[in-house]
Amino acid sequence: MEVTLKVRRFNPEQDEKPYFAEYTLKDVEPVDRVLDLLHHVKWYIDGTLALRRSCAHGICGSDAMRINGVNMLACKALVQNLIKGERGTIQVEPMYGLKVIKDLVVDMEPFFDHYRSVMPFLVNDTIPEGGRERLQTPEQRERFDEGTKCILCAACTTSCPSYWANGTYVGPAAIVQAHRFIFDSRDEAGADRLAVLSEENGVWRCRTIFNCTTACPREIPVTQLIAEVKGEIGRR
Amino acid sequence: MQTHRHEVIIVGAGGAGLMAALYASRNTDTAVISKLYPTRSHTGAAQGGISAALGNHEEDNPDWHVYDTVKGSDYLADQDAVEILCREAIDVVLELEHMGLPFDRTPDGRIAQRRFGGHTSNFGEKPVRRACHAADRTGHMILQTLYQQCIKNDVNFYDEFHVVDLIMNGDRPAGIVAIELGTGEMHIFQAKSILFATGGWGKVWQISSNAYTLTGDGNAILLRKGLPAQDMEFYQFHPTGIFRLGILITEGVRGEGGVLLNDKGERFMERYAPTIKDLASRDVVSRAIYLEVQEGRGINGKGYVHLDITPETVNHYLQKEGEKRRIDREYIETKLPDILDFCRTYLGVDPVHEPMPVQPTAHYAMGGIPTNAETEILANAAGDIVPGLYAAGECACVSVHGANRLGTNSLNDLVVFGRRGGLRAAEYAKDADWVPLPDDPAGEIRAALEGIRNANGSTRPIELRERMMTIMSRDVGVFRTEEGMSRALEEIRELQETFRTDLTIDDTGHIFNFDLLEAWETGNLLDLAEVTAASALARRESRGAHSREDFPERDDENFLTHTLATVDVNGKISLDYKPVVITKHQPKERVY
Repeated sequence: MEVTLKVRRFNPEQDEKPYFAEYTLKDVEPVDRVLDLLHHVKWYIDGTLALRRSCAHGICGSDAMRINGVNMLACKALVQNLIKGERGTIQVEPMYGLKVIKDLVVDMEPFFDHYRSVMPFLVNDTIPEGGRERLQTPEQRERFDEGTKCILCAACTTSCPSYWANGTYVGPAAIVQAHRFIFDSRDEAGADRLAVLSEENGVWRCRTIFNCTTACPREIPVTQLIAEVKGEIGRR
Repeated sequence: MQTHRHEVIIVGAGGAGLMAALYASRNTDTAVISKLYPTRSHTGAAQGGISAALGNHEEDNPDWHVYDTVKGSDYLADQDAVEILCREAIDVVLELEHMGLPFDRTPDGRIAQRRFGGHTSNFGEKPVRRACHAADRTGHMILQTLYQQCIKNDVNFYDEFHVVDLIMNGDRPAGIVAIELGTGEMHIFQAKSILFATGGWGKVWQISSNAYTLTGDGNAILLRKGLPAQDMEFYQFHPTGIFRLGILITEGVRGEGGVLLNDKGERFMERYAPTIKDLASRDVVSRAIYLEVQEGRGINGKGYVHLDITPETVNHYLQKEGEKRRIDREYIETKLPDILDFCRTYLGVDPVHEPMPVQPTAHYAMGGIPTNAETEILANAAGDIVPGLYAAGECACVSVHGANRLGTNSLNDLVVFGRRGGLRAAEYAKDADWVPLPDDPAGEIRAALEGIRNANGSTRPIELRERMMTIMSRDVGVFRTEEGMSRALEEIRELQETFRTDLTIDDTGHIFNFDLLEAWETGNLLDLAEVTAASALARRESRGAHSREDFPERDDENFLTHTLATVDVNGKISLDYKPVVITKHQPKERVY
């Protein structure tokens, strides 16, 4: 296949504003990942291309970016799912809503600040007698399973129009993390988290647009989890 | 250039680094420096489980775990360290649960356990359920849980700071040098205790389960300081990587009943390991796959075999073996969701309906920075320590894995020795004096990096990497010969020479200059490849993951020893040896 890879480039040491660079790549395999194409550019054409990546199979969460207008992990986006036929164009941009530092690298600090704001850790200092594990039934464990899949890639938060409009909104990823603990039978700080999330920058900024659910590379039903947190605030 | 001061510096934020940070930060000023955001670390890619003899499903015993680990190591592990690993594994798994790790549960609410390769009850009698797991994302849960606890405990992080050098003042460590990726600025970190937890270097080989960022930085830095690397010839090839991509397919698939089949549909592990078959040690299974392929029984004559977890196949063999258990599709979806996702995403193969194409993939370094059980770095074969220097996790070699690591024993290693390392580093820092920084502490590494930034040769780093991966996979892979390894050593040295004299990169800037740092990482990989080949060449026997066609037998008389490789200032490698610690289990023939 022949792919025209359009990459939004910006080097703060040289460029006044971002621009699209085009690379024509021949002999692309349908099963190649967008990450493979970006590597090809970086390794053989222009080593200045900057992107984060590590595991290359959808586990580490480094390479979330906007591909053909939708947030995906570059390592899970296969060319055959983006282009039908023998040739086509793939457009790659940094995630929206976070400041671009260089090329596809954005400032992740605001994202992690929101993550930290929801107390993303188990609160429970009592340990069963004999130091054994706390008991939890498979059903109790299942209740918060979805949220445990999150890899903090930011694909959901940076696909959310509410977050684009207002970066003080904690965003879907932070709510997913809060959900993971609020519904864990072992946790004792649910009320504290719900208090954070019922404030003006909490869950009520979610307008149920579902972009987050579409964007999640781990197939977490993000919008549903947000709705469950909203429901829990109402209940308590 | 900024200078910082912390009593304890931890380099790397995977499982070992984060556990060490949690413990060290309790009573000392501790900082974690990592080239990645912590949750990007490759601990997160571990799948199948962390073993501990909890006995939640059936009788188990840490003594059996010790035996299995020693046998799995082909008797090269130090048995005093293995005892610590297997006993403390129980504590750390329970501690992880207390921290909130969402383990799968038994019907009565305890931590769920599954079978895994080489783990048996009653000293090799039959497979035992010892691998504590959270679906097939156990490593992800460990990494997330430890990071969560670090946030709770307000641990200091310097995220996206790439450590490039260790500062020594004479023979005493004084700190480290790191590049802040976002600015390209060099930072000096003065410290009393420095713990390396930088992970592995699987990117030396072509087909690899490892992340792009696993380039053995810590190991290469310490080699350049004249410190030894231990047992580098022992590198694990995991039997089941996705064909061509190398992405890991957990041994948990076989733990749940999956079987390996050749082109004739034959369950070939019955021939290689009659007792525990597909659950033999990884080195044994990888060799079996390699031999099946070599003898023309790869699928369609190609370089892979099938790993089959379809209920039809699994239940057929469960019935054949007289086991009552049966599985269905829903069970597979619950227990192995990520594996299914990988196969569906990358192969268009749905493992609940059809088998997965797999081949051995470079996976894990048994060797590394020699340490004692307190994680103190050893300077020589006599066991002298370098006060203030520590290592834990995959980059270290205690040695608990010897010549071949058992599945699940990497995760308990991270947490057990991460904890010991954090405690010991903090204890040392409390009483130690600050070692003064020498003049221009970053001078040497600055010159090296500027040399790369301004290099005007004609060879791009990727060309060196690709050559290296080809050479190492061809000659220093699953099977090895004198001729192949000699050739590899010579060719790797040519690549090192090209790296020094004919390199070129494109990016001369400072902000997020990955071009520069990946070139530097390429140099690290080349150095580790060279030491691996040299150590392997000198070991004229077959043991664990080191299989020589020209010396097919284990030779305890001459090689029941750990290799220690050092590189002098002229780049010349010397090999030394030290004895293996044997307590309860005398070496005997290893049959599964």
